[in-house]
Amino acid sequence: MTDRPMVRFEKVSKRYGPLTVLDSLELDIARNEKVAIIGPSGSGKTTVLRMLMTLEAIDDGVIWVEGEPLTHMERNGKLIPADRAHIRKIRAKIGMVFQSFNLFPHMTAMANCIEAPITVLGMSRKEAEERAAGLLEMVGLSQKKEHYPAQLSGGQQQRVAIARALAMRPKIMLFDEVTSALDPELVGEVLQVIRRLGSEHDLTMLMVTHQMGFAKEFADRVCFFSQGKICEQGPPKAFFGNPQNERTKQFLHAVLEAG
Amino acid sequence: MWDWAFTFEILPTLAKAAVISIEATLLGFVLAATLGLVLALTRIAVPWTAWPISVLVELIRSTPLLIQIFFLYFVFPSFGVTLDAFTAGVLALGIHYAAYCSEVYRAGFDNIPRGQWEASIALNLSPWTTFRDIIIPQAIPPIVPALGNYLVALFKETPLLSAIAVLELMQTAKIIGSETFRYTEPITMVGLFFLAMSLVSAAFIRAAERLLNRRPAR
Repeated sequence: MTDRPMVRFEKVSKRYGPLTVLDSLELDIARNEKVAIIGPSGSGKTTVLRMLMTLEAIDDGVIWVEGEPLTHMERNGKLIPADRAHIRKIRAKIGMVFQSFNLFPHMTAMANCIEAPITVLGMSRKEAEERAAGLLEMVGLSQKKEHYPAQLSGGQQQRVAIARALAMRPKIMLFDEVTSALDPELVGEVLQVIRRLGSEHDLTMLMVTHQMGFAKEFADRVCFFSQGKICEQGPPKAFFGNPQNERTKQFLHAVLEAG
Repeated sequence: MWDWAFTFEILPTLAKAAVISIEATLLGFVLAATLGLVLALTRIAVPWTAWPISVLVELIRSTPLLIQIFFLYFVFPSFGVTLDAFTAGVLALGIHYAAYCSEVYRAGFDNIPRGQWEASIALNLSPWTTFRDIIIPQAIPPIVPALGNYLVALFKETPLLSAIAVLELMQTAKIIGSETFRYTEPITMVGLFFLAMSLVSAAFIRAAERLLNRRPAR
């Protein structure tokens, strides 16, 4: 089935107490599609990634990955909430890079990249190190393998985090405001790595970003979130060139004014 | 007042007793450190246990160690569990300090940023691997001084075991005193021994701390 979406959010809702963060979200993402998620803070855009990574439970609906339910599992033709084993199995297809890097501070760049391949995938140390060396080279950090995170710049740390996530060979990569915590002069090196990933690897990518320029150039589709819903979406050219929704226009006006 | 000849005469007996005190300390602390870690991990891994564990920890911390020692030694036999004095003493020390240690571990775990847990989930690490490779190596070094203080505190409480006639230092000194009617030398020697050992352990703890903190800070 080639038309099966890589990710499908089916009527997914998320609430914190009385606050509805996401309201019956419907979103399909095709294989290898690059989707940029933008919107004001509190619009639920980061929650979309966090739910897909299973960092947040959902309150309603079902999330599907490659036609299989992630948040649920099938029993006698019915969907019941997934158990840990099922979640771990499906979650293996997904990798995530965080705003604050979240590298393991007590491990070198290399150790960060081989931890999961060895303990989760059962790879040998040698094999895992070869894979990690390749990835660290791809992100331009072959010289920094034995450095600890504290000895690396923010941009370098974020590139290690990207290599670490890729070492698990995910099919879907999630980027959560990955350049927001970086000094402006370090943003470019991280975006460059993401650009390369997009062109050289078969990856479905979802990114929450404030970098409108990057979204415009890199994404196949831009989704604008506002108040827990997708307000407007479309190819970047149309989205940025000729936004339809009033709120989109206001938002774009505000961020382009600022940036 | 002070009889050197007598001091040298009782020294071998006291030295033998010191070995018992040190054994009780080490066994008790290994138990305390292990059980404390198990308690702290359990309350994170199995959320519903958090409340019962809090109650248990509070119960243990709010009752005197001496009563717990008596309980294990004198009351347990009526439930059909008879322990020899040394075992009962070590268990009581271990359980008592496990309650304190579990709170120290908990503080250590609470200080791990949420992002570390989230990165572990995103990499699909199992809960066990997350604890072993990510959380514990980061949580332990900062709490070594606190754990070390409890080691010294536990050591200084071993004389309580004299109450159930464990032949540790205090009990031995008391026996020497009652047999010879000389208390000055044995009790003073015991005091000096505790002083010396406490200073030595404090130095060890500082060394361990330095060793653990050699890695670059985050």
